[in-house]
Amino acid sequence: MWSSWGRPYNIETPLKSFDLTRPITSQFLAIGNRRSYGDSCLITHGQGYDMLHHNHFLEFNPQTGLLKAQAGILFSEILTLCVPKGWFLPVTPGTKWVTLGGAIANDIHGKNHHQVGTIGNFIPRFGLWRPDTGEITCSPTQETDLFRATIGGLGLTGIITWAEIQLIPIQSAHLNVEWLQFSGIDAFLELTKDSQNYPYTVAWLDCSHKTKGNATARGVFIRGTHAVETQNIASLRLIPHTEKSKTIPLDMPSQLLNPLTVSLFNTLYYHKQITAKKQLLQHYDPFFYPLDHLNNWNKLYGKNGFYQYQCVIPFKDGKKHLQEMLNLIANSGFASSLSVLKTFGSIPSPGLLSFPQEGITLCLDFANRGDKTHTLFIQLDAIVLAAKGRLYPAKDATMSPETFKTCYPNWKEFSRYKHPQITSDFWERVTQ
Amino acid sequence: MKKHITIIGATSAIATSVAKRYIQENPHHHLTLISRSLPKLETLKADLSIRGGLHIDIDTQLTPKEPIDVLLIATGTIDDQDVQDCIDVNFTHIAVQLQKLIPFFEKQQHGSIAVIGSVAGDRGRQSNYVYGSAKAGLERYLEGLRHHFAPHKVHVLCIKPGFVDTPMTASFKKGLLWATPDTIAKGILKAIQKKKSTVYLPGFWKGIMFIIKNIPEAIFHKTKL
Repeated sequence: MWSSWGRPYNIETPLKSFDLTRPITSQFLAIGNRRSYGDSCLITHGQGYDMLHHNHFLEFNPQTGLLKAQAGILFSEILTLCVPKGWFLPVTPGTKWVTLGGAIANDIHGKNHHQVGTIGNFIPRFGLWRPDTGEITCSPTQETDLFRATIGGLGLTGIITWAEIQLIPIQSAHLNVEWLQFSGIDAFLELTKDSQNYPYTVAWLDCSHKTKGNATARGVFIRGTHAVETQNIASLRLIPHTEKSKTIPLDMPSQLLNPLTVSLFNTLYYHKQITAKKQLLQHYDPFFYPLDHLNNWNKLYGKNGFYQYQCVIPFKDGKKHLQEMLNLIANSGFASSLSVLKTFGSIPSPGLLSFPQEGITLCLDFANRGDKTHTLFIQLDAIVLAAKGRLYPAKDATMSPETFKTCYPNWKEFSRYKHPQITSDFWERVTQ
Repeated sequence: MKKHITIIGATSAIATSVAKRYIQENPHHHLTLISRSLPKLETLKADLSIRGGLHIDIDTQLTPKEPIDVLLIATGTIDDQDVQDCIDVNFTHIAVQLQKLIPFFEKQQHGSIAVIGSVAGDRGRQSNYVYGSAKAGLERYLEGLRHHFAPHKVHVLCIKPGFVDTPMTASFKKGLLWATPDTIAKGILKAIQKKKSTVYLPGFWKGIMFIIKNIPEAIFHKTKL
């Protein structure tokens, strides 16, 4: 029995370890570290192939920072290898426990999207195994259609067997970080504008705070830059993270994260810095991966699991639509325990089904309260569609086929490259 | 100190983790990796070299030339559909191979021989007694070998892992008792260094197996263990 990170439901058919020496006959899907939140990494009608042991480094050039590895390698392992040699991931999500293959299949973005775009821009080549053709190499000049379809293609075009990734140089494992309190969307947008030269920006948002029925959109704006050699001794060191993290032994009661505890937590978080602005030198581990400290934090939500809701809306009228969504959430009686706000830049995403587009992205966590949560999502979806935005398949477990097809008009072109023998519960849901 | 480590069944998940840990400990260690599949060995060699390994040899069979400081045997199968194969792979082949190596180790008068057994060998249970009995036989064999080697300063270790998340167990439902290959590898290096005779990995399996071994048969037969 296995599931995704948000645990919307369980899959009974046991996973098999990926092994090309054994024939693949049924419908199938390659499964990475299952850090997607919804059902894009789940397969009910077919066989899931576990990629986690397909995790060897294949080639590494410490002069150029070009790394070739099997697709099941975790970002945490890449960091352990490359940080001491002065290299870093060009794009990273909020956890280092994702596979390289999964990162490509979801064309993941990070806090530096406004400057560099998605990870797809840093993948010069990858191997793609399809039942009829065997392993083929895809790049911007070879098998270009499959290259474009596979980046962000949710594993549906074939099994990504290996990939090359272009790392970026760093002089230190630390970052210079600033935390700035803000209140209101205007203030957030203003800070965003002022921070264009910072490679990493993100804002943590208190969704439960409101005055007179209006969400105040207060939060903490976080921006950072890789520390450089000239600073101080601590910043000089290229020491990678340690694998130490705490484990929650059992599912917590599903009522643990309720509106009261969430609002209390958020208030404490907002006020954890005494001054409106705070500067610090932070290792990359707590800066990029604060939640990895608790290796199975999804159990905080109890047996029913939780949903993550992430959308992006264009800048045009973005403020209006964002305020609408925040008001809806603040008055819904549902607390989003962790909310993140960030802007995406104008660099186009390379994949046919890539999620990021220029605009404001909002990311929310909600405990699963069944139909009530779904009703809230339907209302949020309507605002996203009206704003000409879209939802992130890697997070999604509920959007309707109509919503998907509106968000991703390329889906028809994409389905030409999807392999008929590959499917996922997400794909079956949104194309029915 | 630079060591020569030979691993048979080197492409298995636990063996690979052990190799990574030795490279981490000292990139100058000499690793000889043995497995049936040369392509897999070549991939593993590339990986270990990228991780810093400076002296890695690969081969499809062991022909010892220079002294071996650590010999790890990590071959095994949990598949008991073919009873003969299950007993051969988990017991017979290993015993036959080690018997042939006795003169080599007697001559060099040092070294550790570490073999991966299983907690399943501790008590015969309806769910996997073919596998369990082969592993139990292996443990007795190693016990005898240890006795044999006592005057020769050769150390013999029987490693008894519990549930480990490897390709061999991909289809199992995972829970609290499961450990990663790296956790097991860490324990193996420590047990070799401390010259232990047997080691349960992770350590809590010692307690679990103590209880399982001591449940009276009348009660045991009512369980589905």
